[in-house]
Amino acid sequence: MAEYWHIVPEFDSRLQEFRNSNPEADVVLEFEIAEKDFVNSGKGSAEVKNLLKRLGVDPDTLRRIAVASYEAEINVTAHSKGGKMVSSIYDEMIHIAFRDKGPGIGDIDQAMVPGFSTADDLVREMGFGAGLGLPNIKKNSDIMHIVSERGSSTLLEIFIFYS
Amino acid sequence: MKLQELVALLEAEVVTPDAELDMEVPCAFASDMISDILMCTKEPTLLLTGITNPQVIRLSDMIDLVGVVFVRGKQPSQEIIDMAIERKLLLVKTKMTLYRSSGLLYNAGLRSCKI
Repeated sequence: MAEYWHIVPEFDSRLQEFRNSNPEADVVLEFEIAEKDFVNSGKGSAEVKNLLKRLGVDPDTLRRIAVASYEAEINVTAHSKGGKMVSSIYDEMIHIAFRDKGPGIGDIDQAMVPGFSTADDLVREMGFGAGLGLPNIKKNSDIMHIVSERGSSTLLEIFIFYS
Repeated sequence: MKLQELVALLEAEVVTPDAELDMEVPCAFASDMISDILMCTKEPTLLLTGITNPQVIRLSDMIDLVGVVFVRGKQPSQEIIDMAIERKLLLVKTKMTLYRSSGLLYNAGLRSCKI
């Protein structure tokens, strides 16, 4: 099993705090993500963004959440056998977990390199496969966590705090 | 730049109904890769692209797009046009290439969006 953490230093203590207090989410939204379903993929992220907008989250944070979430949703659509997106909305932050049904990421460090892509022709024809998905998620998240195993499933978690 | 000037420069056609030709286009970005587009737009932007699948319109749910110019003579499907109308998103099409369209607009003073 391979694991990857990206934590913007100032959010390290907030993550610990969050884990220690183990708060209950105000709202939890769940979406199924189907393999290669490029018609519906992205709807989950759009719905999360719209809800956060109504809750008054500032535009810059909204954009970061939407971009990170959309990239992750597309990743599950493009690269996995399908999965699920669970968004937990708290007072100060959002946590989004993407769990798929495999086949896992062979080398996470390699997958994090901007421009590296394993996308097939279908995915590329759709305008994806730039090799910027994971780097874009990292760029827009305060905390990003990946757990994956080749031949098994992948869990990608995103934490973004509202400013 | 006004939409009217853009349409004239690109010899383009506005696809969505009820477009206001005196609408101001603030800045632009051009790419055929969705991740590039997501990485590069931090303000209301006109997108020039050759991608014609519904995910281009879905992008406007995530980032602030004022409209999309389809280049190289690409024809957006009715599904895409309907999705754009629902979102009040401007769609334009031109036969020119991405490079030529971008060059003409840039020369005429339409700046790049902040990245």
